Amino acid sequence: MQSPIIRNAGYDGFIVTFGDRLGEGANRAALAFRDALEQAGLDGLEETSTSLVSAYLRFDPLTIDHDDMRARLEALLKSRDWEGVALPHGRRLWRVPAAFDPEVAPHLDDAAELAGFDSRDEAVRSICGQPVRVQTIGFAPGMPYLGQLPECWDIPRRTTLTDNVPAAAICVAIRQLVLFPNMTPTGWRHIGQTRLKLFRPQAEEPFILRPGDEILFVPVSLSELDGYKDDPDGGAVAEALE
Amino acid sequence: MSRALIVSRAAPGMTVQDLGRPGYLRFGLSRGGAADRSALVEAGALLGQDQGLAAIEMTSVGGTFEATEDVRIALTGAPMRATLDGARLAWNASHLLPAGVPLVIGPAEEGTYGYLSVGGGLSTPEILGSRSAHLTAGIGGAIESGAELPVGPDGGTTVNMALSDGGAARRVTGPIRIVSSLQTALFPEAERARFEATVFHRDARANRMGGRLLSEGEGFAAEAGLTILSEVVVPGDIQITGDGTPFILSSECQTTGGYPRIGAVLPSDLPRVVQARPETDLHFVFVTPEEATEIERNETARRAGLRQSLVPLVRDPWKMRDLLSYGLVGGVVNAHDADAISY
Repeated sequence: MQSPIIRNAGYDGFIVTFGDRLGEGANRAALAFRDALEQAGLDGLEETSTSLVSAYLRFDPLTIDHDDMRARLEALLKSRDWEGVALPHGRRLWRVPAAFDPEVAPHLDDAAELAGFDSRDEAVRSICGQPVRVQTIGFAPGMPYLGQLPECWDIPRRTTLTDNVPAAAICVAIRQLVLFPNMTPTGWRHIGQTRLKLFRPQAEEPFILRPGDEILFVPVSLSELDGYKDDPDGGAVAEALE
Repeated sequence: MSRALIVSRAAPGMTVQDLGRPGYLRFGLSRGGAADRSALVEAGALLGQDQGLAAIEMTSVGGTFEATEDVRIALTGAPMRATLDGARLAWNASHLLPAGVPLVIGPAEEGTYGYLSVGGGLSTPEILGSRSAHLTAGIGGAIESGAELPVGPDGGTTVNMALSDGGAARRVTGPIRIVSSLQTALFPEAERARFEATVFHRDARANRMGGRLLSEGEGFAAEAGLTILSEVVVPGDIQITGDGTPFILSSECQTTGGYPRIGAVLPSDLPRVVQARPETDLHFVFVTPEEATEIERNETARRAGLRQSLVPLVRDPWKMRDLLSYGLVGGVVNAHDADAISY
């Protein structure tokens, strides 16, 4: 994929894609382009979002037709170098306590072996060794996709779904980690557990994480983690990154 | 006692729904809202009020309801067998629900999602700007028997009105119109043609998140060797899952998906898909974005004209003939219980 491409996404949507694989530049470009779309104040624009490397928009084709909207997107794309933009402002670093005891990390041995580590401790050191960035929020409310892990973590998802991984579980596949906001079946390997409540519908700030935020997992024992069970932040502490 | 609707008996899958909460897609929260959005638009027209007011969504079966004060109601969506104090009530119509009189809504006679709307709308607490339960997101929950749902102040007084076509617009047969989507081009032309030629049935396990489209014969496949990054998905998208089975997304879908999309159902045809029962034949046909825009323009005009084109429900037996013709079209009444019809 040489340049950004614009594709129809159903009757009332477009997706603007900045890369055909996950990359730092494409991810930043998608976030910045969505911001620019919101600021452009286009008539008929109804909602915007991002995925890992794309920006999505929903619009009303009865207000602005498909050709016009596509032309506006092309003009906006040409207005700057999107891959060179900075990360969003107001980013935070979250230190998030995480337990890796076998009872809350049923697939850690399996994942460690696939990633080529000699022990689960080594794998945990790798996961907790550096901050991982929130590349996008999606799939479920407040759910972060975190990356990018070292190359050895390029491991596939399981071919069968695991029944109901608990809320706030850490799961891994394809050099990414995800934290699930609610109990859910998944093909990602369950390798750890936090107590971070990612979606708080009744709170003033219902979604805790933002794209661009970073998370540093701090290994703790399961009993220590259980001490945070009444804290919606699960013992996590945030500090400003800039 | 405050103005409320008491749900003395609730069948499973009953929730409060409005038009959902747009604006949170980028935080991973899909819009949600009524599975059949057009049913809420029709209820708004029948009651002469905003189409965004919250109503009760019933899945396949209704329940028993009682109001603490006289309230106006509208019955829309999948026609269900409704009686007021034992007398049959027309569907796709507005009625007075007098305080303390039991309203019994039985099984759907066709379709899946029926709606009970009230004058003034349900005034349950708003969460993130909407009263809709979003079960997969953990917002709200199913309505349980014994629930007392507050009802907002009602500015209107008109009742006993019916949709002019008796709800016929939603009984249109013919193929479901779809447009191309992100990966449509990755499906070879022959595969797309086979998709259009296939008869599908909506999986009986389909729910507010979506459901599989079952068919005989082989599954569908995009060109081999694809690695598709997850992209934003929305209701109406038809993903082809790992085993080749299409899966159509509905109101409470996840916000991103990594399966290739063969197409997307037009918003105005989506109610027909979500209402389809497992035995209903579903055909799909691709239309161009221009054709889609024209279809949506017509549907928008139809919805805008609903309020002006309502017809009164009439008691006069001499008019029953006309009424029955509406009723038969709308599937609301039949000759056997014409005597029991209450207007």
